[in-house]
Order: sequence, then structure tokens, then C-alpha cells
Amino acid sequence: MAPWRGRPHGFVVRPYILTGGRTEPSHRELALETLVSATTSGIEAIRMLEHEEAAIVRLCETYQSVAEIAAHVGIPLGVARVLVSDLASAGHVRLHRPPTTSERPDGQLLRRVLHGLRSA
Amino acid sequence: MVSAPRDLAAVPLPVKILVSGGFGVGKTTFVCAVSEIEPLTTEAMLTTASIGVDDTEYLPDKTTTTVAMDFGRMTLPTGLVLYLFGTPGQGRFWFMWDDLSYGAVGAVVLADTRRLADSFPAIDYFEDRDVPFLVAVNCFDGRASHTATSVRDALTLSIAVPVVLCDARDPAAVKSTLVQLVEHAIKLSDAAENLSVPLRR
Ligand SMILES: Nc1nc2c(ncn2[C@@H]2O[C@H](COP(=O)(O)OP(=O)(O)OP(=O)(O)O)[C@@H](O)[C@H]2O)c(=O)[nH]1
Ligand SMILES: [Mg+2]
Repeated sequence: MAPWRGRPHGFVVRPYILTGGRTEPSHRELALETLVSATTSGIEAIRMLEHEEAAIVRLCETYQSVAEIAAHVGIPLGVARVLVSDLASAGHVRLHRPPTTSERPDGQLLRRVLHGLRSA
Repeated sequence: MVSAPRDLAAVPLPVKILVSGGFGVGKTTFVCAVSEIEPLTTEAMLTTASIGVDDTEYLPDKTTTTVAMDFGRMTLPTGLVLYLFGTPGQGRFWFMWDDLSYGAVGAVVLADTRRLADSFPAIDYFEDRDVPFLVAVNCFDGRASHTATSVRDALTLSIAVPVVLCDARDPAAVKSTLVQLVEHAIKLSDAAENLSVPLRR
């Protein structure tokens, strides 16, 4: 068990303790705009999860971006990324993002953005 | 335990646009104008690994400096959710931009005509990394004291980079700025695709 687990006020400790010294996933692996939604198994596991992880799963009953999770749970972005990627590995949340094969969205996705903005 | 997808069909695809520029240029105001949520603030850590060695000498504690970043959200009717990330425009925050610009539609560089030089770092960055961007002149006095052409000249921008006048407080002006950025990004993407087609044959 990582040293920070079980602390009642985990989010006031320094972030590298909160993440057990694990390194943050890179942006390519987990972008700040990636949407996160709770899975049924995640919701069933809430009572067994530690404070911040439980808060994340509960929040993600309605999908949220990683950035929104950090802001709402009150943890730095890097910590949110580590916790979200752990929860995803455990099957407690699901990640949703555009399939990216390059650094830029393709023309088709850009046109969807344009049409969406024009009719927003 | 097998978990069934929850509302999988209802989850939109996320896309993002960066909003950058110097201190107090109107980034937060710009994001606020179109965001459907109260703009949120979150913190990123500025660690020694992320910045140049020289910079760390000026930091009181080498591992704990944080940078605030604010962002807003627009749900688009085409099954997308657009995030706007307001990022500080100084060079020492580039570690965040590297993260943020990956996969971005593009960037809006806000400029204040009284302090045009403040937008240089952001412009240089987006030019270097081939991130589609435009310059939006925030008209603080409610009218244009400069023309787009004089700003373009002062910033030595290529003719291909759109320069628009904007009032960051006005949702319609902000939306129009975003539309012009996406149109610009489409133009660049189409041009790149046309170039690459013959190579693939
Ligand atoms: N008159 C006028 N005031 C503006 C406009 N845009 C922003 N302001 C004001 O300028 C000030 C700075 O705007 P912010 O949106 O906080 O700027 P910022 O770039 O987020 O600032 P930092 O995050 O501190 O770098 C605020 O008091 C705004 O109300 C504008 O178009 N016209
Ligand atoms: Mg601000």
C-alpha cells in the first residue's frame, strides 16, 4: 500500500506524497481534456476507495474532464492525472477522448468544431 | 466484475483551444465570456525537472512552485465539448504549454496594444511548434485604437496569421474569434493534407 493511502486528509499533504512518488502520466497518455466517467464497478467500489479516489468516482457519475476533476476535488493537475490513470487501470472509471494519430485534430474533427461553434 | 458502459453514447468528444497572452490581458475574461461553467482554476506544479536550471535559482523552494491555470467549457451541438484553457504567457510556463498544446485545435493569443511586446513569447512558441494561432487584440477602451494591420506590422506576423479585434467581455466577439481560429486551423490542415497526398502515392 502506498504511504499516503488511508490518510484522512490526504489532499493537504504535499502532492508527491499523495501520489506515492509515482510519476505523472504524460499528456499524450492522459490529456487534461480527456473525459472520465465512472463505471458500475467503480460506483460499487466507492466505499472501499480512499478519500480522493472515492471523490473522483462520485464526481464522474456525470462525465468530467481531468482538469475539472482537479479543480473540483481540490488537487493539483499532476495528482489528478495519477489518480485517474490508477482508477482507469482498476476499471473504476472509463476514459473518453478523440482517437489521435497526430498532434493535431484532423480536418473532419475541426469541421465538427466549426459547425458546433457556429450553431452554439 | 464486468462493468457495463454508463451512458457511453452520451459522452461527447473533448477538444481544446488555448488562450494565452501577457499578464492582465484579458485571458480569464475571454474564457468567462463563453463558458457554460463558472471558470475553474487548477494548479500545476512547477518542478525543477520542468524548467531550465537558471530559472530554479530564482525560486525560493525548488519543488513547490505552482502555477494557476483557469479554464472554461462549451458543449457544442455536434457531439463535442470544447475546453478553453487560459494559460500564462511567460516563457517560464512553457512546460505547461507543451502539455496543453498537444492535440489542441489551436490558440488565441490575446494582445493589448499598450503592451504588445507581452505577446511575443506566446507568438514565438506557437510559431515554433506549428500550433495554429491567431492574434486577438483586446480592445480595452471598447474601440479599436489600432488597426489589425498596424498590430500585424508591430508584431512582424506573417500575412497568414489572422489578426482580429475583440472585446473579451463580449460573448459574441469571443465566439467569432474562436470561429476564425477554427477556420484558420482548417485551412492549415487542408493545406498540409494536400501536400502529403502526392507523397503517399
Ligand atoms: N475595458 C475592458 N476591460 C477588460 C477587457 N478585458 C478584460 N478587462 C479587464 O482587465 C482586467 C484583467 O482581465 P483578466 O481577464 O483578469 O486578465 P488575465 O489575462 O486573465 O490576467 P492574469 O490571469 O492576471 O494574467 C480585468 O479587470 C478585466 O475586467 C476589455 O475588453 N475591456
Ligand atoms: Mg487570469
